[in-house]
Amino acid sequence: MDPAVTIAGLSKQFTLHVQGGVILPVLSGVALTVAPGECVALHGASGTGKSSLLRLVYGNYRCQAGSIVVRHRGESIDIATATPQKILELRRHTIGYVSQFLRVVPRVPAVEVVAEPGRAFGMSRLEAEHRAERLLSRLRIPERLWHLPPATFSGGEQQRINLARGFVVDFPVLLLDEPTAALDADNRRTVVSLIGEAKARGAAILGIFHDAEVREAVADRLIPMRGLSQAA
Amino acid sequence: MSSRPLLQVRGVTRRYGPRVGCREVSFELWPGEVLGVVGESGSGKTTLLKCLSAQLVPDAGAIVYDTRDDGPRDIFALSEPRRRLLARTDWGIVHQHPVEGLRMGVSAGANVGERLMAVGARHYGRIRGQALDWLGRVEIPRDRIDDLPRTFSGGMLQRLQIARNLVSRPRLVFMDEPTGSLDVSVQARLLDLLRGLVAELGLSVIVVTHDLAVARLLAHRLMVMRGGAVVEHGLTDQVLDDPQHPYTQLLVASILHP
Repeated sequence: MDPAVTIAGLSKQFTLHVQGGVILPVLSGVALTVAPGECVALHGASGTGKSSLLRLVYGNYRCQAGSIVVRHRGESIDIATATPQKILELRRHTIGYVSQFLRVVPRVPAVEVVAEPGRAFGMSRLEAEHRAERLLSRLRIPERLWHLPPATFSGGEQQRINLARGFVVDFPVLLLDEPTAALDADNRRTVVSLIGEAKARGAAILGIFHDAEVREAVADRLIPMRGLSQAA
Repeated sequence: MSSRPLLQVRGVTRRYGPRVGCREVSFELWPGEVLGVVGESGSGKTTLLKCLSAQLVPDAGAIVYDTRDDGPRDIFALSEPRRRLLARTDWGIVHQHPVEGLRMGVSAGANVGERLMAVGARHYGRIRGQALDWLGRVEIPRDRIDDLPRTFSGGMLQRLQIARNLVSRPRLVFMDEPTGSLDVSVQARLLDLLRGLVAELGLSVIVVTHDLAVARLLAHRLMVMRGGAVVEHGLTDQVLDDPQHPYTQLLVASILHP
């Protein structure tokens, strides 16, 4: 089957103009593919560019060279050169991203935060909220919190809100940045099931899993990542 | 999303004598898109917004708007009355200070209803009904409909200005620092309200702000201006999380986090 994500020759560096133009190389010549139904884990110490790679695939970072081709509704779209409008379209329909931290919007209750990607995908309000509630209860967010804004939630609760947001739409491509970092054993198991279900329906998953048990349970392949900044 | 831009801006330049207001600004705005224009005071943001909304005539460049009836037209090639009609019917302008966008001598209901009458509504009961509906949507208690705006708080005034602008269902809304004159506690409520309305109505918006947090919450795309010119543009989170231009990096690095 054609890969859902094909990365080739990908290089990323940061030029810090505020600090006298210091150049921080992060990635150089990265190549990998992720097939539908497969979970690929980026593996390496911190500072080796794992999170940066996920952000590049999501269009959150710009690369200096290379291509990031994502299958989107039968088309091949190169994130490295796509217009902002196209990237937003991919984020609505094709790519889900669970970051380590929840960016809270003032006043918006948890259930709506979770339902939002569903609405953007085109679900009815009812369906999006129904799916949101199902995920919130699977991830053990007490019902009394559903209608409160998550700004005051604990780190673990915020991470679960973020996870629910990422799984509310059946995205064909999922980017997971340490999705279980702040979770207890029960919730870790739930996340492992969610990832398993996503793979079973054909999602291509690229993730960072520090927890060895979780990684062994979900990852089909490991991509070793080594630091550039130390080497340079 | 439709197949052509709602607004095409090419090489817009405006000088004040020897001083440059904005220089060679070009971009496209697509239906349903929110474009944030950020930069410090004096960067040319407001001059650009005034040119785009036909409040100022540019010295050079073209601003092509996709009109409902005749398709894309250069707004400065239209006759003055047609341009005014366009601004009144198809556009909204939300000013930083609500008093600039409201009539302080007439009631809240009249402020909203007036816009409907400007686009041809005549039935009093229906106009009042819609005014009431809009006061509700911007979270102003309906029993304040007959009160004068000067009895309103700053946050309520700004919400009233938004209702006045949106009641006539414009396709393009210009906002100049919409939260700039409000207390921080009131800003969040207004931002949340704006986000909801923009998504629900599928509005295209150009919002000028110096507040990067406001830009992140509202805008799909950002243009960063400095010294009258656009120095960087792109997806909002990309510009803020991986800024490329030295000036954008400086702006992002200068944000205070409480």
